[in-house]
Amino acid sequence: MVNDVNFRPWEDPEAAPLIDIANVTKRFGAFTAIHDLSLKIYPREFFAILGPSGCGKTTLMRMLGGFDEPTSGSINLEGEDLTGTSPAKRPVNMMFQSYALFPHLTVQDNIAFGLKREKMPKGEIAERVEQMLGLVQLQDFAARKPHQLSGGQRQRVALARALAKRPKLLLLDEPLGALDKKLREATQFELMGIQEQLGCTFVIVTHDQEEAMTVSSRIAVMKQGEIAQVAPPEQIYEAPASRYVADFIGDVNIIEGHVSAGGESRMSLSWREGEPELVVETGIGLPRGETAWLSLRPEKVSIATTRPETDNALQGKVLDIAYLGNVSTYHVELANGQVVKAQETNAGRSGNRGITWDDQVWVGWSAEAGVVLTS
Amino acid sequence: MTGRFSWFNATSVALGFAFLYIPILILIIFSFNESKLVTVWGGFSTKWYGELLQNEAYLNAAWVTLRIAFVTATVATALGTIAAMMLVRSGRFRGRTLFTGMVYAPLVMPEVITGLSLLLLFISIGMDRGMLTITLAHITFCMCFASVVISSRLVTFDSSLEEAAEDLGASPLDAFLSVTLPNILPAIAAAWLLTFTLSLDDFVIASFTSGPGATTLPMKIYSSVRLGVTPEVNALSTILIGLVATGVIVASLIGKRAERITEAT
Repeated sequence: MVNDVNFRPWEDPEAAPLIDIANVTKRFGAFTAIHDLSLKIYPREFFAILGPSGCGKTTLMRMLGGFDEPTSGSINLEGEDLTGTSPAKRPVNMMFQSYALFPHLTVQDNIAFGLKREKMPKGEIAERVEQMLGLVQLQDFAARKPHQLSGGQRQRVALARALAKRPKLLLLDEPLGALDKKLREATQFELMGIQEQLGCTFVIVTHDQEEAMTVSSRIAVMKQGEIAQVAPPEQIYEAPASRYVADFIGDVNIIEGHVSAGGESRMSLSWREGEPELVVETGIGLPRGETAWLSLRPEKVSIATTRPETDNALQGKVLDIAYLGNVSTYHVELANGQVVKAQETNAGRSGNRGITWDDQVWVGWSAEAGVVLTS
Repeated sequence: MTGRFSWFNATSVALGFAFLYIPILILIIFSFNESKLVTVWGGFSTKWYGELLQNEAYLNAAWVTLRIAFVTATVATALGTIAAMMLVRSGRFRGRTLFTGMVYAPLVMPEVITGLSLLLLFISIGMDRGMLTITLAHITFCMCFASVVISSRLVTFDSSLEEAAEDLGASPLDAFLSVTLPNILPAIAAAWLLTFTLSLDDFVIASFTSGPGATTLPMKIYSSVRLGVTPEVNALSTILIGLVATGVIVASLIGKRAERITEAT
């Protein structure tokens, strides 16, 4: 129920998590892949684990699937400790990045593979396979071998096979990585539809932030074996917990400064001598003199040839203009050499605002536009 | 490489092939010789093949050779599969390089040395030499060929397939039997055929490790040739060439086919 705004079990202290990862550490020799990580995932969530390669996200997923065991800590599923349980015995299935379809078996035999191991009666297997093929719209391809399918079709077979046993938890390892952009976007919505239809819990591992933002109810951003932030997509984007998260998700301007005048809701940030202080609306009070960073999304910064009537306005020179069709991004160099990106939507058919390279311009933003970060 | 045809290349290839195959071709032609004199052409005939079927000694040697080759191929392929799994799948373990080296060493070891060392071993443990010792010796040197063939297939085999099978509820053994084995079967078949032909045409190691009553076909041919080449030997050699060539060609065709399917997925 990703689309339901009231679906927020993580805010309910009474809600029982499906997966409870408690203080898990995983070492490979001297290398620590996961460091003291705790995380709760709730039933029917579409949970994304996002991070750059080498951040430990795949290791975390492999521990959920049972392919790796934690060095210390425990992983509980519905209150039962999964440690030591083989992948075969876990009510968890995985969709592999390479899809790992069995090349010698037909599509229907691939899907039936897990059901046969469950000793399910023949009639029921046929029924379930039919149902799964319908779910991924591959009814006409039941008798084909994997090498006779396109990349997108193979991805669907892998999904159907992993869902056939009705797992409590489905793990998806970079499920759409091998597809081209158009197909990937379409498949993201299909995945969401299937997840809602089955009411199953999905955990997706990805390095593609757009994918994570699109499909998930919550995102865990990982950094070097630890979780940097866990929150719903809009919160990750609008209220990042640190510069790392702000920088990892989308485009961002980071301006370093010192707190010059504190206040519970409004404060000033001095960022360069001789320049006007920045006014920021914050939810946190910070002591004077503390170093802080203003994180500002480019689309919240406006650009103009005359001084705008915004809370903050700074003058600079246009360094670069990136025309992307729907938006144009201006790179404006301020007096101290700091570059601020301002993004304007090209609502009209002409992206021309009378601003060109090396022009003196103003960039402006309101006090509420940015977030103050302390780490 | 662009397939540009040039007279220089064509001539080199022709000369190379001529050097390799003209002797064999002559042997095959003379096996159909009517005359009793090996080097004089007396017209076409298949009578020496007929004579061959009457020759008890040759038939016995052939039967011994085939039995040895069959057992050798089967055991060497099984052992080679296990060694290949170990080499490819277990990642790094202490002594991996040594293990790999020891598996592959017989590939480059002079046959005389392999034969001699095995002979010494059999003598020192007081083992009577015969079919059993030849078979054991053949398994020893054939195993490494089998493991080379099978491990080259295993390297390209996606190990997440086994994980997927286990994820879907298969035990490790079930995963191996129902997923890995069917997919490496072409390589196993190729390894079996290759080791079968290797055992079939081995002379050096067999002559070191054989005993009374256990004469293989190559040994029989060698000893008859010492008394003079007969058209019968030509006929027998032709049959042997046919068998070995068929084995090698089928093995490589199986390998090619499996490769194509792997590339397609």
